Amino acid sequence: MQKVTKVLVSDPSLRDGNHAVSHQLSADQIAKYCRAAEKARIPIVEVGHGNGLGASSLQVGLAKTDDDVMLRTARENLVNSKLGIHIIPGFGTIKRDLERARDLGVDVVRVASHCSEADLTERHIRFCRTNGITVFGVLMMSHMISAQLLAEEAKKLENYGAEAVLLMDSAGYYLPSDVTERIGALMDNLSIPVGFHAHNNLGMAIANSVTAMECGATILDGCSRGFGAGAGNAQLEVLVAVLHRMGIETGIDLYGMLDAADMAEQELLKEIPRISSLSVVSGLAGVFSGFSKHVQRLSTEYNIDPRDVFFELGRRRIIAGQEDLIIEVAAEIAASKKEQS
Amino acid sequence: MQQYRIAILGSGNIGTDLLVKAMRSPHLTCVAFIGRGYTSPGMNKARALGITCSDQSIDYIPEHADEIDLVFDATSAKDHALHAPILKALGKQVIDLTPAKVGPMCVPAVNLDSSLGSSNLNMVTCGGQASIPVAFAIGQTHPEVDYLEVVSSIASKSAGPATRINLDEYIETTEKGLQAFSGAKRTKAILNLNPAVPCIDMQTTIFANVKNPDIEALKRVLDPIVEKIKTYVPGYKILVGPILDGDRIVVMVKVRGRGDYLPEYAGNLDIINCAAIAMAEQFAMNGGN
Ligand SMILES: NC(=O)c1ccc[n+]([C@@H]2O[C@H](COP(=O)([O-])OP(=O)(O)OC[C@H]3O[C@@H](n4cnc5c(N)ncnc54)[C@H](OP(=O)(O)O)[C@@H]3O)[C@@H](O)[C@H]2O)c1
Repeated sequence: MQKVTKVLVSDPSLRDGNHAVSHQLSADQIAKYCRAAEKARIPIVEVGHGNGLGASSLQVGLAKTDDDVMLRTARENLVNSKLGIHIIPGFGTIKRDLERARDLGVDVVRVASHCSEADLTERHIRFCRTNGITVFGVLMMSHMISAQLLAEEAKKLENYGAEAVLLMDSAGYYLPSDVTERIGALMDNLSIPVGFHAHNNLGMAIANSVTAMECGATILDGCSRGFGAGAGNAQLEVLVAVLHRMGIETGIDLYGMLDAADMAEQELLKEIPRISSLSVVSGLAGVFSGFSKHVQRLSTEYNIDPRDVFFELGRRRIIAGQEDLIIEVAAEIAASKKEQS
Repeated sequence: MQQYRIAILGSGNIGTDLLVKAMRSPHLTCVAFIGRGYTSPGMNKARALGITCSDQSIDYIPEHADEIDLVFDATSAKDHALHAPILKALGKQVIDLTPAKVGPMCVPAVNLDSSLGSSNLNMVTCGGQASIPVAFAIGQTHPEVDYLEVVSSIASKSAGPATRINLDEYIETTEKGLQAFSGAKRTKAILNLNPAVPCIDMQTTIFANVKNPDIEALKRVLDPIVEKIKTYVPGYKILVGPILDGDRIVVMVKVRGRGDYLPEYAGNLDIINCAAIAMAEQFAMNGGN
């Protein structure tokens, strides 16, 4: 493997960050952050509902700003930085969502599926290729299957036409050794670039991102101040500084990046993502970080211990998109508690 | 009584489960199980059951037109769009299990009678069959339904390649069905494929935003509809609700299958296949052609 000297940084603050504020980012906030990101020369800025295009729903949370406005606003404020979106087949469709994204001038589409369900993305990836839009494949909750199976699923994405494949540690479960094994398996099996998207539940987001890069990953995700679901993502300004110190080229202006992060803290964040006790449990249980707000709300409602809810969700291997089952699990725990007392 | 002869086009999860159900029906005789290759597990099962099999796809049907009264199409939406005109020209009664939505949508618990006149019946989707009766009851009891949302989770193993490639059509057709049967201003459908082992049961959650929610009135209309569904899908069960969670109505439904082809978790096969068989039996009892 050739040593990585250059990393393509993609910034989903305006998408993953939406999970942290229950999808309430406003057009004004989007415009402001896009301008700051543009100034910092961040290569890709991703916007949208936390679960991507077409995902605003009672199930996951209604977005304050609709997809159309989000995309238009970002488009108006990004010139050199590319506009990216996330889409999960099952939520978003080609006709309703991707065609519109194309017409509004989206540059990069990231088509995502649960790690074992890559074949759901075939039509969406092909659509992007046919329409000349850069398209990456994304495998979410990638800790849930073995390195070998991940490599097989990633290969499918490559065959459909994806120009890169990213692994998401959606639960913040990985340790650096897990990253080495999985990114390594992808590097061995793919001929397209590989990327990594970290969450910080166990305090490993930066270390895991660096490990991924050292294994050959050339695309890394990070968010300003870590603004993302649960304990947050790799903190982007830290990641950029670390990469620069390692002599890796990102094309990002460090001062601009730090300014963007300061601005995000003041204008976007309700609270700075931190590793709360509950985030630790969620990471250990391997549960999707986007569930944390729902678990907290329902645990208060049912007067139960949210830690029990996370471990039960992990035991049932509930995946992103199944927020409705949190209601069922909470109700069951509450009922069994009543029985015991 | 004269035999009512059916053929099944599509030899995957839906087609094979349908075959077992058709063989159990006293009104139906399966005269052909048709795919496009002999190697699939479905083909093997059909042969083991002693059914006439073909790998000739749609070409088989014109050649055996006078041996078949009704065709179930369990291929993909794209394929059904090609099959539909051919079957129409042959004058065959068609029950479409793909989300192609060529013909009018049929949910037996809601519109069995008015569906009998259509030569091509669309069975919507699995999520649609599970949720539309609830959506209909919500529409009947609430003059203003602002928004309806339906989230279904099915076991990965039960979704064959055709289901996966049809995901967008699944969403579009389910949303249209919800709208048509409830009168909701806006609708949304979401589908999750869950790979958990052991496999998860099919589950569907219905959320509704309505003016002046009336849970008691909804229950009065919904209960007899649920009883009606149970006559053809015994494993259909309301798990939660209807309840009011904040300002939204929530109903959760679970469907356990009979385990005819895949094990009981695959209620998504039963919910649509039982509906399709119920309709085919109606056509058979009405004398067919
Ligand atoms: N699974 C569910 O939960 C579910 C529920 C409701 C509705 N549906 C709908 O039912 C349909 C089938 O789904 P599935 O899960 O059963 O998928 P599947 O297992 O892939 O079954 C499709 C079958 O059709 C065959 N086929 C495809 N094109 C054909 C053609 N032109 N002529 C003859 N056979 C053809 C395939 O043959 P090969 O084996 O040779 O490829 C395969 O056996 C889909 O339209 C889906 O949307 C599925």
